[in-house]
Amino acid sequence: MTGRGREIALHGGLVALLAVLAFVLPAYHHGNVARVMVLAVYAMGYNLAFGYTGLLSLGHAMFFAAGMYGMGLPAYHLGLGAGLSFVAGLAAAAGLALAVGVLALRTAGVAFMIVTLMFSQAAYLTILLFGTYTRGDEGLVLTRASRVLAGVDLSDPMARYVAALGLFAVALFFTLWLVRQPEGRVLVAIRENEERAELLGYNVFRHKLAAIVLSGTMSGAAGAAYGLLFGYVGASFAEVQYSIFPLLWVLLGGAGTVIGPFLGTLFMFYLIDLSADITSAYMLIAGLALVLLTLFAPQGLGGEIRRRWAGWLP
Amino acid sequence: MSTLLSTRALSKRFGGLTAVHEVDFDLPEGEIRALIGPNGAGKTTFVSMLIGRVAPSAGAVVFDGQDVTGLPAHSRVALGMAYTFQITSVFARLAVAENVALAARRRLGRDRAAVREATARALDRVGLSDRSGALAGDLSYGHQRLLEVAMGLAQRPRLLILDEPTQGLSDSEIAAFKALIRGLAAETTILLIEHNMAVVMELADTVTVLNFGEVLAEGTPAEIHASAAVQAAYLGTGADA
Repeated sequence: MTGRGREIALHGGLVALLAVLAFVLPAYHHGNVARVMVLAVYAMGYNLAFGYTGLLSLGHAMFFAAGMYGMGLPAYHLGLGAGLSFVAGLAAAAGLALAVGVLALRTAGVAFMIVTLMFSQAAYLTILLFGTYTRGDEGLVLTRASRVLAGVDLSDPMARYVAALGLFAVALFFTLWLVRQPEGRVLVAIRENEERAELLGYNVFRHKLAAIVLSGTMSGAAGAAYGLLFGYVGASFAEVQYSIFPLLWVLLGGAGTVIGPFLGTLFMFYLIDLSADITSAYMLIAGLALVLLTLFAPQGLGGEIRRRWAGWLP
Repeated sequence: MSTLLSTRALSKRFGGLTAVHEVDFDLPEGEIRALIGPNGAGKTTFVSMLIGRVAPSAGAVVFDGQDVTGLPAHSRVALGMAYTFQITSVFARLAVAENVALAARRRLGRDRAAVREATARALDRVGLSDRSGALAGDLSYGHQRLLEVAMGLAQRPRLLILDEPTQGLSDSEIAAFKALIRGLAAETTILLIEHNMAVVMELADTVTVLNFGEVLAEGTPAEIHASAAVQAAYLGTGADA
């Protein structure tokens, strides 16, 4: 099989497997996997900035929340339909990513981490400040009527699963396509050696800005979908741990691999879920597993697969 | 022959230190020019200002009739300048072919076949064809220098600035490098910063000598070779001593 065929077989195979699982999973795991797929979209968005472009942001929760509130506020207050609300969420995340990118990309390295962290905290506090509309920590519960997309009730478990899978597939194949494009290769070049990329004639700032906007928009799509599919929009999703989660998922799954964010999200979700069954100190088990994985597979699950068996993995 | 690159009163001060002082420099199209000078003479600072890595304190850089002093490096590269680093700066974790393809792609864009062909051609010219699948970081130092040159070639620049390209190369690699540069002379203008005098004497049409940030002498290799001032600068004797 050619490299291209192999890639499509692997990633298409994953989507097909998840589609089959829709019919065989017991209810509990059915809901979990739907959640994991939406969160994996968030991780894939984060991976575009961190894994492929080398931009370590500590503030992606603001993009997730921008998508979520950009969708939720018009749906809740104006009664906007699910489709239009989702588009509004995308637009809000893209706009925020553009504005934050223009400012934050004037810095690099540690300063970039701090600036994105601060912007994200500002976004979180803004949500609390406008409590009249956002209802602060309490959040907004979306009515069933506002969660109907093209006649399909997204609160129904199967519809929710299919919608999550659809979004996941779009994000997965978009990433796969992007990293094969000349522009995607330039992002990797910037990650590897920014000065060299500049001196090959590439406008590094513009490429990084495009990466942040795409990354923020994909994160926002995940946030908007999360709100629509699970019916809740809350300020806790804008808190700092929601900026750390995608970093962990991507590190565990393999930064700079297309499939890694999904593997990392799935792994961590079930790690916490299973260890919570054993002990109330479940974060201890999760933490230990993370330390072990970092020691023995520093490039994450996807990175380790690429290193050992499949050098072609995109 | 028309002038491809010139500088007027180009200066760079780092705090109290003047690294480059009011240099007027003209490079005609099609020439191989060597830039030499003792350590600390300001050679790398000077070429860094040409390509836009370092902003000058004063003065102007004109490329192909256009004042490029205010342009960022990537815009100058887009106009046809290329620069290979003194300290090897390849994409170590990417394949050799991908390093060169990145250099070719800015010019050729989405035309995959053309990029592949330009990559193969550039690698062939520097003799790295058989290593195209290796990671750039796994190459020997000398081969990484040649990869830098291949990345320069793949850009098809109008002006190729080579910062100490033969540093760390073996004698046979230097011989191959000299043949390569001679072959290039018909296609592009070359500015060569070089320590190896044998390479300079053999390749350069004209030599410019920098000393303490100023142009000390300019002439044919033979003239420079015979110049008492140049010898004094290199040997540390004469007026300043």
